[in-house]
Amino acid sequence: MTVASEAVALHDGPQQPDRHRRVPVVVWVVAAFALVSFARVITGSHELDSAGTLREAISAFIPIMLAALAGLWAERAGVVNIGLEGMMILGTIGAGYFGFFYGPWQGVLAAMAFGAIGGALHALTTVVFNVDHIVSGVAINIMAGGVAAFLADTWFSSLEGGGPTQSPPVEGPASLTIGPVADWAKEVEDRHWFLLSDAASLLGAVTRNLSSLTVLSLLLVGATYLVLWRTSFGLRLRSCGESPGAAETLGVNVYRYKFIAVMISGALAGLAGGFIVLVGAGLYQNGITNGRGFIGLAAMIFGNWRPGGLLVGSALFGYTDALQLRAGGGAVHALLIVIAIVLLAYGLLLLRRRARRSGVVTLVVALLFAVWFFSTDEVPSDFTRMTPYVATLFVLAFASQRLRMPAAVGLRYRRGEAG
Amino acid sequence: MLKRAAVGALAPMLALVIAVLITVVILLLSGDSVSGFLSTLFSAPAPRNLVNILNNSSVLYLSALAAAIGFRMNLFNIGVEGQYRVAVFAAAAFLGQDLLPGALNIVVAFALAIAAGAAWAAIAGLLKVTRGVSEVISTIMLNAIAVSLTAYLLRRWGLTVGNSLQTKPVPEDSWVPGLDLVPEAPNEILGLSLLAVVAGLAYSVVLNRTRFGFELRATGASSTAAVASGIDVRRMVVVSMVISGGVAALVGLPFLFGDTHAYSTTFQSGLGFSGLAVALLGRNHPVGIAFGALLFAYLTEQSSLLEINAGVSNDIISITQGVLVLSVVVAYEVVRRYRRAAEQRAVAEQLAPGRPGTGVSA
Repeated sequence: MTVASEAVALHDGPQQPDRHRRVPVVVWVVAAFALVSFARVITGSHELDSAGTLREAISAFIPIMLAALAGLWAERAGVVNIGLEGMMILGTIGAGYFGFFYGPWQGVLAAMAFGAIGGALHALTTVVFNVDHIVSGVAINIMAGGVAAFLADTWFSSLEGGGPTQSPPVEGPASLTIGPVADWAKEVEDRHWFLLSDAASLLGAVTRNLSSLTVLSLLLVGATYLVLWRTSFGLRLRSCGESPGAAETLGVNVYRYKFIAVMISGALAGLAGGFIVLVGAGLYQNGITNGRGFIGLAAMIFGNWRPGGLLVGSALFGYTDALQLRAGGGAVHALLIVIAIVLLAYGLLLLRRRARRSGVVTLVVALLFAVWFFSTDEVPSDFTRMTPYVATLFVLAFASQRLRMPAAVGLRYRRGEAG
Repeated sequence: MLKRAAVGALAPMLALVIAVLITVVILLLSGDSVSGFLSTLFSAPAPRNLVNILNNSSVLYLSALAAAIGFRMNLFNIGVEGQYRVAVFAAAAFLGQDLLPGALNIVVAFALAIAAGAAWAAIAGLLKVTRGVSEVISTIMLNAIAVSLTAYLLRRWGLTVGNSLQTKPVPEDSWVPGLDLVPEAPNEILGLSLLAVVAGLAYSVVLNRTRFGFELRATGASSTAAVASGIDVRRMVVVSMVISGGVAALVGLPFLFGDTHAYSTTFQSGLGFSGLAVALLGRNHPVGIAFGALLFAYLTEQSSLLEINAGVSNDIISITQGVLVLSVVVAYEVVRRYRRAAEQRAVAEQLAPGRPGTGVSA
């Protein structure tokens, strides 16, 4: 949590002058990595970052990240997108049908197209008709669930291996394996050395069964950053989210930018759903998104409406999720000591910066985590499942001074009414 | 008065027609039986289905009422879902202990449920006024936390029945008997569905006849004006969130006391979001919401026959309901714009120069 908010602050650049010296992001990442490695060594739960766990973590992380990215596009243009979940659902059904009948990449395109249709509907109601964004999102979620379930019943019932609620197995896009490297990495990993083995398992995770869709999705984060922050198109799009009235006076067609942004948002959410079907599960099932659209929204807020931040947020949420699935409550338990150490360090930092009250509170919480670690052997799966939501609530509650969302997000805008 | 009601009903009727039309188009595209769909949807419900409709609309009504209290304040209580879950769990867990005799048990369980729902909603209210956290986000998070939390408590202390976990069953002397109002129906109307009527009346009275209701509506209409007239808006946010959560707490109780007699992992979910839709459909008006709830429950119940009668998947009805909500809000917006344009035209005509007697003195 601390790592994330610090990392986020680094990106904020000139808008928020920070008195304190900046530490490069790389240092934070390495520090986090070393901490996990340390926890692995002292607790002996080597599943904490085994290649298998990391592979699982990547496939849990990508859909959350794509959903967060989808949220980013919409919110940067000033439109709240609670309908992410619904657009993801539309993506899953598109990927299931076209992936099965036509091929994996057709499935990917269909997922994006289906999501974009949801996005277009959201744009139509919120931008053109000025319907409240939350209302429209809720309605889209209700509708998308119905559309997907209805289509699944129509399309998959009569297929062999399919049924009224699920598709036959669907093949995913090509994946990459570099055998020798992966084998070598596995050997080093099994030595259980401090840091070296962890680096090896990371190498092992990305050299075996790395889906091309995973790579593509990661590239999309970079592309989003470049388009939104380094082009005039992006500047105009973001200006619609900060001050549409001002954008209008400068000749920006606010309606058009919002429409484009929400459609892209829908397409990305659809891709998130498509990823779950094509790469994660290998088939379509009703309700397979399981609220990940909302986790994506949480990751975006956690990441302070920035690409780098949402990357950290969704990595964190995806990792805890995968760890629970793969290694169980025992491995998650080892994370408690990591959290305790991070909070301890942050608390001391706060005290040094003379923020006495929040410093003391942080230290007490660190102590509680340490007590939890030493007094139990595992974390119940339900607690792991809550982690993203609780973490987001805490970030919102205690780091709200550091968060800055687009100024005009969720507000109604009509052309010619700028005051 | 009658004319106003007719105008008010126009937009929802129009939306219903649009929703059914779009559904029919989808059925045509997928090659399903349109006539079968329409005849099933608009056939008179059997007594058994009628009872189900009434039962479901009463809980939908409660859920919509909880959402409507927020809406009148410009607060989005997306968290009805989590609030009723926490509340019904608290009530069921307490009832299962069988500590008190019959009626007293019910009263205490009610108080506990309301306290739990209100407290869960209060978290979002407090976060909003002290830390500026949007209630939309915090209630979505709290919904998910409620699911995991109750699942954990069930896993820890619940009983395993079949393949689902549940709380200890409610002792029989604390059940609320059903009402045998519909002749020839094998099932009964839930005793506590009357709660919907009571809550609706209370909502109407509090909103329109008390100072609190006035302050609530004033804050919703314009929070700056409310502040100027001495209303403590921050307090209003917390209080209305707490009341909304308290009403949300009632949503699960009719089924708990009259039907399931325990909270289990399969306890009816999704009522919070449908309630939100119903509140929008009924424009936060107690009578409007009642019609909305009946309509929603009717559509859901009739759709359960679609699979057998027409070979159409009953999921189609979620599409109808979603389109219904969207087209209703769009219709209201279009009507609002049309009215405003007409008003502006009328004012402009009256102020136009050259008309005798209406010139504005400078």
